[in-house]
Amino acid sequence: MTPRLASLARGKRKRWLQAAAIVVIFGAAAWGASQLLERMVSPVQAPQSAPAPAAPAANVPHIIATLYYGTPDGQALAAVKREVALGEGPRAQGRQILESELEAAPPPYVSLIPPGTMLRAFYITDRGDAFVDLSPEVSTTHPGGSTNELLTVYAIVNTVTANLSSVERVQILIDGKQADTLAGHVDLRRPFERDTSLVRETKGTQ
Amino acid sequence: MLASGHAQGTAPASPLTLVTRDGRRPVPTTILNNQEFIALDDLASMFQLAVREDTLAGGVTVSYKGRTIVASADQPMASVNGRVVTLPAPVARIGRRLFVPIDFIARALAPVYDSPIDLRRASRLLVVGAIRVARVVVSIDAAGPPTRASVEVTPALLVSSMFDAGRVIVRVEADMLDAAPPPAPAGLIDQIQAGNQTTTIAFALSARAGMPRVSTTTTTESTRVTIEIPPVAPSQDTSAAPAPQPAPPPLAAVPPAPPAADAVPALPGQRTAKLQTMVIDPGHGGGDAGVRGPKGALEKQVTLEVARRLKRLIETRLGVRVILTREEDRAVSPDERDAIANNNKADLFLSVHVNGAPSPAMKGAQVYYLRLDRAGEDARLRTAASELVLPAVGGGVRPIDVIPWDLAQAAHVDVSSRFASMLEEELEKHAPMGPRPLQQAPIRVLSGVNMPAALIEIGYLTNAEQEQAVQSAELQGGLAQAIFDAIVRFRTYLEAPAAP
Repeated sequence: MTPRLASLARGKRKRWLQAAAIVVIFGAAAWGASQLLERMVSPVQAPQSAPAPAAPAANVPHIIATLYYGTPDGQALAAVKREVALGEGPRAQGRQILESELEAAPPPYVSLIPPGTMLRAFYITDRGDAFVDLSPEVSTTHPGGSTNELLTVYAIVNTVTANLSSVERVQILIDGKQADTLAGHVDLRRPFERDTSLVRETKGTQ
Repeated sequence: MLASGHAQGTAPASPLTLVTRDGRRPVPTTILNNQEFIALDDLASMFQLAVREDTLAGGVTVSYKGRTIVASADQPMASVNGRVVTLPAPVARIGRRLFVPIDFIARALAPVYDSPIDLRRASRLLVVGAIRVARVVVSIDAAGPPTRASVEVTPALLVSSMFDAGRVIVRVEADMLDAAPPPAPAGLIDQIQAGNQTTTIAFALSARAGMPRVSTTTTTESTRVTIEIPPVAPSQDTSAAPAPQPAPPPLAAVPPAPPAADAVPALPGQRTAKLQTMVIDPGHGGGDAGVRGPKGALEKQVTLEVARRLKRLIETRLGVRVILTREEDRAVSPDERDAIANNNKADLFLSVHVNGAPSPAMKGAQVYYLRLDRAGEDARLRTAASELVLPAVGGGVRPIDVIPWDLAQAAHVDVSSRFASMLEEELEKHAPMGPRPLQQAPIRVLSGVNMPAALIEIGYLTNAEQEQAVQSAELQGGLAQAIFDAIVRFRTYLEAPAAP
């Protein structure tokens, strides 16, 4: 390297070290603040309300997510706030939310996803398309009916889009593949956007 | 002193292409001592850089928003914001212009630049900004027949496909493609076009090719489209091969019914002014029983009974030809149902179903027509705005609308909504209605039919009272009469559209 180039490079290195020291100090301060914040949003004590089946263990950090179930009469969707374990990043958080959604609905709501359905995979593209890959039970044991099927699809789509701001559209896959329908009615070949027209009830934390 | 004094460069075999949100343009580069160089003044105008030659130190300082790159004239390296990076060659001079190796862009400029810079050497692309570039690799897995080809799209992106005029067109939802050179055509594929200029890959099929099957699988890393092309079936009429084929290809295992010998497939978007042929689609069938009632009634049986009753009523009293998508208890794919309607040039399509709900109290009839998603809405607008002129048999030309086969319904949604409203109004007079009697939804079987279409759920089989009622001659007769009355109203509307 020429002397001038070396001197220029040395000057840059010095400034870099100063910048690095500032970053470390700010990093430590941010970590302390985040620990404090986490204690505030995720109390160690169990919530006062009755523990819901999907609620994470009391000492596990959690978020309050909006999950969608069938109304008791099965005519519409109900948006229900529930505690869901905290996930690191949108993809892990999406998995946690969907795992909770697949569990039994809290009374008096009805679950719209057939029992036994498992989440095989969940991922999000940079364009905001989420892929929800479900086990075949979602189709093979679905009770059928256009209305029922529509509610099942939008329970999944709305649950993902309501809680993950980076997701704009949701494509449902069955057993790793693109599927025609769940039970012969609703077109699953293209991704869905959020639709709240089917939602009739909104409830607080369960 | 700059090392390469008065060297002369040569042009590379193919130019580098700069790709930004605003478009694409070639960027001149030059080959010098087997290294590819780019002029610093070109880089300066492309990336808003300030370039200053340091004659004393024998180097060049490149500045961008307070960040600096110092490139050496005698050493193959540069200092980038204080960090030293290596380059394949030092700065060179050709005439009065200064040149840097093109790796300078990725190694020195990219770390200080505000937007992402991606130098794709293999495809000769310089991508600047948040542009979604899909790497596409086409391969022929089996020459066959059947011929099997695949398209690997990286990263995983949404991909749609259509079959039109003897071509399978795969469209990738990306801003641009970084397509590897396609393989030589083989088997039943005559030509493959996979270019960087568009986001589609087109496979031209030979005249010996039958209806292709397209399937898509997606992993976290990539999306794979598999196209399987069988040889033409002996019963298929190949004489009309060059004409557009709007009937949907059978994505499922069951092939569609071959068109009648004199049947010309309905063209996408074509409107008829008469109700001459109607297709009634009894939902489910075969292994797909649909909804089961608490006492064991099966949706597939009820829908077939109602469809047969409707067929008799409409044919005898209205003189309209009625075709059922299934006459017996057998499985029929949605594509086959659509193909039967399209190949028979039906003027109206009605799918008959019985509903189900988690609550046994739910009851009542409901009518659905298709709700378009964004792609469907785009297709509808395109259909309204554009048309293709094709030569007609016997001379002259005829205009046709072009629309993907799986979105054929997009051109008819407005008229379908009229038919659905009439159905709802007439049903209300004869049967209890559900809580949302008229709805729009993305119904699979409605999306590919090229005619006004609706789906009716005649009641809830999960309701014990309705399970019994929908199997009774009384309710079935009432429902058939209501549907018949709606069809009579729709025929009047269709044949005199100006005065509905």
